[in-house]
Amino acid sequence: MKKVKSLVLAGLLALAPAMAMNGPAFAQDNAVAAAPAADNAAAPAESAANAVEAAPAAKVAAPPRMKPTEGIGMPRPGEITLQEQFTSTGHTARWMHDKLLLPLCFIMSIFVLILMLYAMWKFRAAANPVPSKTSHNTLIEVIWTVVPVIILLVIAVPSIGLLADQYKPAPKDAVVVKVTGYQWYWGYEYPDAGIPEFVSNMLPEDKAKANGEPYLLAPDNRLVLPAGRPIKLIITGADVIHAFAVPSLWVKMDAVPGRLNEKSFTIDKPGVYYGQCSELCGARHGFMPIAIEALPPAEFDQWVLSQGGKLPGAAPAATAAATAQAVAPAAPAAKL
Amino acid sequence: MTTITADHHGDHAHDHHDADHKPAFFQRWFMSTNHKDIGTLYLIFAIIAGIIGGGISGLMRAELAQPGIQYLQTWANMQHSLMGVEPATLDQAYHLWNALITAHGLIMVFFMVMPAMIGGFGNWFVPIMIGAPDMAFPRMNNVSFWLLIPAFTLLLGSAFVPGGTGYGAGTGWTVYAPLSTSGSAGPAVDMAILSLHIAGASSILGAINFITTILNMRAPGMTLHKMPLFVWSVLVTAFLLLLALPVLAAAITMLLTDRNFGTTFYDAAGGGDPELYQHLFWFFGHPEVYIMILPGFGIVSQIISTFSKKPVFGYLGMAYAMVAIGVVGFVVWAHHMFTTGMSVNVKMYFTAATMVIAVPTGIKIFSWIATIWGGSISFKTPMVWALGFIFLFTVGGVTGVVLANGGVDDVLHDTYYVVAHFHYVLSLGAVFGLFAGFYYWFPKMSGRMYNEFLGQLHFWVFFVGVNLLFFPMHFLGLSGMPRRYPDYPEAFAYWNKVASHGYEIMAAGMVIFFINLIWSLAAGKKAVGNPWGEGATTLEWTLSSPPPFHQFETLPVIDDAAHH
Repeated sequence: MKKVKSLVLAGLLALAPAMAMNGPAFAQDNAVAAAPAADNAAAPAESAANAVEAAPAAKVAAPPRMKPTEGIGMPRPGEITLQEQFTSTGHTARWMHDKLLLPLCFIMSIFVLILMLYAMWKFRAAANPVPSKTSHNTLIEVIWTVVPVIILLVIAVPSIGLLADQYKPAPKDAVVVKVTGYQWYWGYEYPDAGIPEFVSNMLPEDKAKANGEPYLLAPDNRLVLPAGRPIKLIITGADVIHAFAVPSLWVKMDAVPGRLNEKSFTIDKPGVYYGQCSELCGARHGFMPIAIEALPPAEFDQWVLSQGGKLPGAAPAATAAATAQAVAPAAPAAKL
Repeated sequence: MTTITADHHGDHAHDHHDADHKPAFFQRWFMSTNHKDIGTLYLIFAIIAGIIGGGISGLMRAELAQPGIQYLQTWANMQHSLMGVEPATLDQAYHLWNALITAHGLIMVFFMVMPAMIGGFGNWFVPIMIGAPDMAFPRMNNVSFWLLIPAFTLLLGSAFVPGGTGYGAGTGWTVYAPLSTSGSAGPAVDMAILSLHIAGASSILGAINFITTILNMRAPGMTLHKMPLFVWSVLVTAFLLLLALPVLAAAITMLLTDRNFGTTFYDAAGGGDPELYQHLFWFFGHPEVYIMILPGFGIVSQIISTFSKKPVFGYLGMAYAMVAIGVVGFVVWAHHMFTTGMSVNVKMYFTAATMVIAVPTGIKIFSWIATIWGGSISFKTPMVWALGFIFLFTVGGVTGVVLANGGVDDVLHDTYYVVAHFHYVLSLGAVFGLFAGFYYWFPKMSGRMYNEFLGQLHFWVFFVGVNLLFFPMHFLGLSGMPRRYPDYPEAFAYWNKVASHGYEIMAAGMVIFFINLIWSLAAGKKAVGNPWGEGATTLEWTLSSPPPFHQFETLPVIDDAAHH
C-alpha cells in the first residue's frame, strides 16, 4: 500500500515538476553546518596502525582487531556481479538488480539482437532483391510504445519501494557517528558516546600485507560499529566533496562541505566491510579507503568504554540531555 | 527516407563557370564562408582532437593494465622536465592522473564528438539536404570554427601551468566545486574554464546558424515533415545547445568569480552551496549527452534507409521521438546527483522521469529494425557501422535503465559501471555513428571511394576491441571499483587487464582506419554522384562527388507528390 502511494506520488511529481516537493517522506536533513574547519593541515600520518588498542584513557581493554574474511565486505578477484550484501536495503537492492533489472537487460538486448540478425539474414539483398515499401503500421507502433511503458511501470514499483526503504529514518536509540571527509583521510566522531574525532588513514602496502588486509582498502583506524543495532551516520566534508561508500552495505553518500547528509542502516552480522572514497577529491582521491568493523553488540559496548566513551543509560541525565539535543534537528522527520 | 525528386537539372549539365571557382588557399581555408570547406575544417580538427583524446585514454589504460603505479611517476617527471622544474612528487604524479582523466573527457566531448557531428557533418550536409546554397550566416559559421582553436589551445596549455597539487586541471570534466575553486590553486583551472567558455560560444553561434538555416532556407516544397531525419536531428540538437550552453556559461562564470574575485556562490562558508554548481552543471550536462548522440541517430537513420532501399519506418514517430528525447532530456538532470543527499521525493521524481526517456529511445530502436525488415539489405561499410550502432546503443541503453533507479544507483554511482554505460552510448554509440557517417559521406566529400575491405576490417577489429575494452567495466563497477582511480586493489586486476588488451585491439582498428583514409584520399577510385544506388534518396546524392563549390544556384523544387 505504501509502495502504491509512493508510486502515485512519484507519478504526480513526474507530471508536474513544478509542484512543491514537500511530501511526507523527508528523511534527509540538509542542514547547513558550521563553516568548514580550515585546518587543511597534513593528515596525521603518524597515527599508529593500532591506535584503537592504544587509547590512553581506557580502563577497559578494546576488543582485538578483527580479521577480515576473504571475499566478504570486499571485491573478489575476477568478480562479475555485486558484492554480497549485509543490510536490508542491500538485500532488496541486490535482489532487484539480480532478479529484475539484469534479466531485463539480457532479454531486451538479446531480443533486439535476434530481431536484427533474423532481418539481416532474411532480407539480405541476395535473398530479397525487391524491397517492400511499407513505412507505417500504426498497430505495431502503438505496441512498441505501450509495452516499454508497461515494463517501466513494472520496474518502477519495486524501485520506488526501494527508495522509500533507503530513506527510513533511524530510530531514536540509533548509534550516531559523525563522518567527516578530509583531503585525504576520514574522521569519525561519536557525539552521543562522547568519543572525540579520530582519523583514519590508508595503511601503506607493507603494513597492510603484514596485517593480512587488502592494500588500498585497509586503513589504520576503522570505523567501529555494532552489528544488529540501528546506525545513523551524519556525513560531511571539511574541504572538498568526498563520498563515503561501502558497497557491501549498499551505502554511498556524498560528504559535502556545509551539509550534513544522513544515512541510516543496520548491519546484519559482525565483520569487516571495506569501501573507498567515491567522489573525485584531488590527488590522493584513490588513497583514502574506508573500513567498517561491525562488532557484536557486547563487544561494541566494550570498545566504546575502552575509548573513554559512555554507554547510553550509563549516566541517565547527561545522556538523555545529549540525546535530546542530537535528535532535535531530526525530530520532524522522526515523527513520520 | 523521402523519395525526393529534385526538379533541377543535373549538376553536370548546369554548372556555371563561377560555380566551381575556388578562392586562393589562404582565403579559402582561413577566411572561409563556404559550409563545405568549414565542415571539412571541423572534421580535420575533430580527427586531430580525437587522436589526442584517444592517446590520453591509451596512457590511462596502460597505467591501469595492472595494479600499482607503473608509468605515472615517469610521465609526471617528463611533464616537469618539459617545464624545467624539479621532478614530480608522488602526489604530483597522482594529480597528473586527474589531469589526464579531465583532459580525456573534455577533449572527447567538446573537441571531438561535437565538432565532428555538428560542425563537420552538420555543416557539410544540412544545407545540401534541405536544398540550400549555404548556411544562413556564412561568416559566423567561420567564427564558430575558429573559436575552437583558441579554446583547444587553452585546454592543452592548461596541462603546463600549476593546477593545485600538480600541473594541469585535475577536476574531472565536471569541474565540481569546491575542488575546482578552493581545491585547485593556480591558473590551470581558469584556463580550462575559459576554454569551455570559448567552446560554448562557438557552439551557441553554430546552433543559431543551424536553426536559422533549417527554418528559413529550405528549398521550395521541402516542408518540415519532408526533411531528412539527419536534418531533424541537427535541428533538435541546435535547440538543445541554445538552451543548455548559456546555463553552463553562467555556472562556470560563477566558478571563475569564486576562484578569482572572492564571491561565494559555491562556498557554504559564505552562504553559497556546492550543490548549486552540480545542479547548474547537469542542467547543461544531461542535454549535452543528447547533443552528442542525436546527430548520430540522424546519421544512422539515413544509412539504414539507404542500404535497405526502403524509406525509414515511422518517419514522424522517429522525428518526434527525437523532439521528445530533447524535451525530457531537460528535466532529468539530477539523476547524476543521486548520492548528493537529495530528499526522497526529488529522488523518486528523477528516477521516474529518467525512465521515461527509455520510451522514445525504444521507438527509435524498433523503427530502425522495422526499416531493415522487408528491405533489400546490402552490407556496405556504412551499413555495418550503423547496424553495430543499433545493437551497442541498445546495450548502453538497458544499463541506463538500471542506473536510472535511484536506489540501485546508490552503489553503482561513480563506479566503472557508469563508465561502461556512458562509453557504450557514446564511445560505441556516438563514435559508431561518426564512423558510419564518415564512410557513408566520404565519397561525397572527397570525390573518391574508400577501400571496402579495409572499411569492413576496421569495423570488425574496432567492434571486438571496444567491446573487450568496455564490457568488463560493467563487472568492475558491479564489484565496486570507483572511477577516476590511478590504482586499485588486487581483486580488480583481472578485468582491468582484459580492458587494456581491448584498448590495444581498438587501437589496431584505428590504424586500419587511418591507412584506409590516406590510401583512399590518394588513390581511391573516383566516386560517382550517387555511389549507393536507388536507396540513397536525399539531395546530396543528386550532386556530383565532390559537389560543386557552390551548389543549388537554382533551387531544387521538391516534388509535391513525394512523401515518406
